[in-house]
Parts: sequence; structure tokens; C-alpha cells
Amino acid sequence: MIVTTEKLTKRYGDRAVVDEVSLSVRRGEVYGFLGPNGAGKTTTIRMLLGLVQPTSGSARVLGEAPGTPKALLKVGSLIEGPGFYPYLSGRDNLRVHAHRRGVDRTHVEAALEQVDLVGAANEKFRRYSLGMKQRLGVAAALLGQPELLILDEPTNGLDPAGMADMRDLVRALAAQGQTVLLSSHLLGEVEEICDRVGVISQGRLVAESTVEQLRGDTVLLIRADPIEKAHVLIEGSELRGDVLHVRETDAGALIRTLVHADVDVREVRPLRRTLEEVFFEMTGVA
Amino acid sequence: MGSVKAELLRLWKWPATWVLIGVWLVMSLTFGYLFNYLALNGGTNTRDLSQQQLISSMQPENVGAAVVRGLPMFGGAIILVLAALAVGSGYGWGTWKTTLTAGPRRVSAMAGTVGALAVIVVVLVALTFLVDLGAAITVASLEGWDWSLPGTAVVEPLAASLLIAAMWTGFGVFLGIVTKGPALAVGLGLMWAIVTENLLRGVGALLGPVESLTKVLPGGSAGNLAGAVGGSGAPGVLNDLGGTTAALFLVGYVVFFLGTATLLKVRRDLV
Ligand SMILES: Nc1ncnc2c1ncn2[C@@H]1O[C@H](COP(=O)(O)OP(=O)(O)OP(=O)(O)O)[C@@H](O)[C@H]1O
Ligand SMILES: [Mg+2]
Repeated sequence: MIVTTEKLTKRYGDRAVVDEVSLSVRRGEVYGFLGPNGAGKTTTIRMLLGLVQPTSGSARVLGEAPGTPKALLKVGSLIEGPGFYPYLSGRDNLRVHAHRRGVDRTHVEAALEQVDLVGAANEKFRRYSLGMKQRLGVAAALLGQPELLILDEPTNGLDPAGMADMRDLVRALAAQGQTVLLSSHLLGEVEEICDRVGVISQGRLVAESTVEQLRGDTVLLIRADPIEKAHVLIEGSELRGDVLHVRETDAGALIRTLVHADVDVREVRPLRRTLEEVFFEMTGVA
Repeated sequence: MGSVKAELLRLWKWPATWVLIGVWLVMSLTFGYLFNYLALNGGTNTRDLSQQQLISSMQPENVGAAVVRGLPMFGGAIILVLAALAVGSGYGWGTWKTTLTAGPRRVSAMAGTVGALAVIVVVLVALTFLVDLGAAITVASLEGWDWSLPGTAVVEPLAASLLIAAMWTGFGVFLGIVTKGPALAVGLGLMWAIVTENLLRGVGALLGPVESLTKVLPGGSAGNLAGAVGGSGAPGVLNDLGGTTAALFLVGYVVFFLGTATLLKVRRDLV
């Protein structure tokens, strides 16, 4: 196990912002930490890095207590946006960080290359675009080849192209066997790049499962004319307004059935469940 | 060691470091030499004693006193601002978060910051010494005085300068960490260094206990040490305490400020 927590709890006043969270991250996986705004993702991650002391419960990171040099030197992290000196260039910022991590300068160049910032390395951090800032944050996290990479909402604030770049980067790292703990409030993002998911809501870990389990059965949405006829033809379909919902994976067979019965098929597509629906299903609480 | 290197790299390349040092050097030259030189040549006040004092204060031999007398108040204020900014900005920039998750223990991270600030402050005092010495030699040559370089006696005022600078650095670090930001730290620090202690000294003239207290407050101790090692004729320089006593108070403040700041940094959650 790379990370384990045992009833990890953080209270601010009366409120348990993180409430008895027990999760585990395994070596080599991309673990998605999924939850809406304010769910407690960042606070949990801060406890894993020793920035915040838990009120109760415990955590181990790579077998060490969080926040100790032994643990920190094996973890690279980007928490709630990158924190760099605005007046230094990207490269100088990484050099400062490299001194702290005790790694030599060649790593700085390698990290700049990994996140594709070599061309802008001499520009001041202040002048970076949001996407560049975020990538420099990832570069800093990668310094010293950590065993675990913790990325807290790394696509936050990025445009679609920037988000895609960031996901590609994480996938590429995962392909090399990098263990990643990635938090997000986007179900699609987690589905796309994670192996396992922990779902957190109002401080509580409401589910921990593989992505397939999280996704659940595929539901197809069908728009057809006449819809009542389609409803009768397809066994187990539910009529919802002017569309049908059906738990079925073989869309081809379904369409054939309809077409042979002279039903006009206008649309057939898999239904993406929203985060809210996933929560509802997993907890029974919307 | 890595922490000191890291902090030194970022402080060295920080424009604010050099702007503040530059401002201080210009102030030190202007008030220590330029105005005195102008007063000497065609100033209205030409009483003999005062003229002797002006000449003496600008002699290259007395450059140590020239360095130390600026530090209890204005030089100290600038050093305090530098330290408060260096430490306080890290909260807003998020660089404390980056620093504390990099690897070293929090104590080491703090030691890195303090160590790098110490280097910067030594550079500041050394530059002040060199610039003042240059100015003194220039004036002495222009005026055709018999002059000599400062002897070993210059060590005492320079050591006192470093101790005073260390106290203001510690004060700035303390404020930056307590207030978790640059703005309030700088505001409170300047207020204290330039306004509060002076007001208290004013009150002290009326109330005995307050007067005794002002002598040993941070600025008061600094002023007394500067006075004891020969500094004179600058705001904030005092002659109410012996040098050793004043120095001991300063050491106490350095320990208190840095100790408290480190304890807070180590114990407090960083959010
Ligand atoms: N220092 C603090 N004092 C009081 N409350 C806090 C503190 N830090 C966080 N909180 C509260 O804890 C809750 C969880 O915050 P956290 O930042 O962990 O959420 P998150 O899941 O990361 O959300 P987001 O997706 O918006 O980043 C929030 O409601 C926040 O207001
Ligand atoms: Mg967050």
C-alpha cells in the first residue's frame, strides 16, 4: 500500500470537515479522489502531506508518518494550485525547489521537458498562463522521481485543451508505472484516467471502488417514433417523457429490432451519469 | 544546507532585496555624508564645535560609528520590512506550502530562511560600511584633511551593527509568521519601529516606569547599543544603558523572536 488512512478526521470547530476517512492507494494505480466543492479533498491531502494535523485517526504514506522528511521526499505534490515565486523564472523556481529536495540540476531540465515548458523556462512565473503555471507545478512535483504523485485538482481553471494536455500527461506517467493520487470534482475526468476511485461527500468517504463499479450498468437513451411502440418492443425499457431508458449494452441488436418493426430510430446514446446520480446511488442521499 | 541555498537563491534574485538595500545605502549616504558635507561648506551653522563634530563624523576613521548610528531606527525599519516581506509573502504566494512539502523538516525550512536572511543582512551591513567608507574618503580628499583608515576599533561598531540588524531581522520574521502575510507584518513593524517607541519615549518623560521600559524595548536597546559604541547624532540613538546590557537585551530579543516564530511555524497547520 502506498497510502492508507484509518478513520482520518479533521474538525474545524464543531464541524468535521474530514470525517473518519479510511482509504487506500495501491502501488502503480491512478487513484481518483472524487467529490464536489467543499467535500474535504484538499483537507485530506493536506493531512497526507503533514501540512495539517489530523484531529483524530491516522495515516501512513509509503509506510511513514505524513510530513516527515522520509515520507515527503518520496512524494511529489501539487495542492490547490502551484505556489511559486512570481519574480523568478520557471527554471529558477524549479532550481530553488531542487535545492530543497536535494536533487541536482539535471533533474530540473528533465522535469521542464516532461511538462513541455523548456521554451518558456526563462520567463517569469508571474507572466505564465494558467496552464503553464499548473504544468510548472507538476514539474516541481516530479522533481526527484517521487514514488507517489499527489495532484489536487490539476485541471482546475484550465481550458478544454489544457485539461486534455494535463490528462495526457497523467496517463503518460501512469503508463510508466507512476502511482498517482488525483483529486477532482469531475466524474468524467476520473473515469477517463483513474483505475480506482474514492468518493467523498461532506467529509465522508461514501465509496471506494474501481471505475467500472462506479460507472455501474450502462443505460441507453432511445429516442424513437412512435415511442410507445418502441417501449412495447424493448423488454425492460422505461418510458421517461418522450424517451426510453434501457439497461442494455448491445445497442446494435436493439436498433435492429426497432428498425425491423418499422420504428424510426432518431437517437441512441449511452447515458452519462452525473456526479449527483452516482452519489445518489452510492449513498441514497442526493 | 539545501534549504539555505534555496532561500538564498530566491532572496538574491528578488528585486525587493536590492531595492531595499539600495534605498538604505542612498539614505545612509545622504544623511551621513551629503547633508553634512553641504552644511560644512556654506551651511548657516558655523559654530566651531558643531563644525568639529561634522568633520569628525565624516572622518574615514569614524566610519564604524557612521554605520551603526543609522541602524536603530531607519536602517532597522528597512531590515524589518525586508524580513517581514520575505517571510510573509510566502503565505500569499503559496510558497510556504511548496517549501514545507518539499522534504526538509519545518525546523530546517525555517533555519534556511533565517540563514539566508542572515547572509543578506551581513551583505547589507558590509555594503553600508564600504559605501560609507568610500564617501568618507571622498569627502576627506576633497576637503584636504589628514585622514587615516579605520583601525581595528572598527570591529566593535560593526559587530554592534550586525547585532542590531539581527534583532530587526528577527522582529520582521516574527511578524511575518504571526500575521501570516506581508501587509500587516510590514505595517505593524514600521509602526513599531518608527512611531510607537518614539511615542512611548515621549510619555516616558512624564512617567518614570514607562521611561525605564522604553530603554529596553527593541528599538531602545538597539539605540543604546549604537550609542555605547560611538554612534551619535542620528534619530533613535540613545545613551541610557551600558553597551553590554543593551547587547544582552538584543540577544534576548533575537532568541525570543526567532524561537517563537520557529515554534509557530513548526506547530501551526498550514492551510
Ligand atoms: N482552516 C479552515 N477553517 C475552517 N474551515 C475550513 C478550513 N479549511 C477548510 N475548511 C472547510 O472545509 C471544507 C472542505 O474544504 P476542502 O478545501 O478540503 O474541500 P475540497 O473538497 O478540496 O473542495 P474544492 O473542490 O472546492 O477544492 C470546506 O467547507 C471549507 O470551508
Ligand atoms: Mg480543494
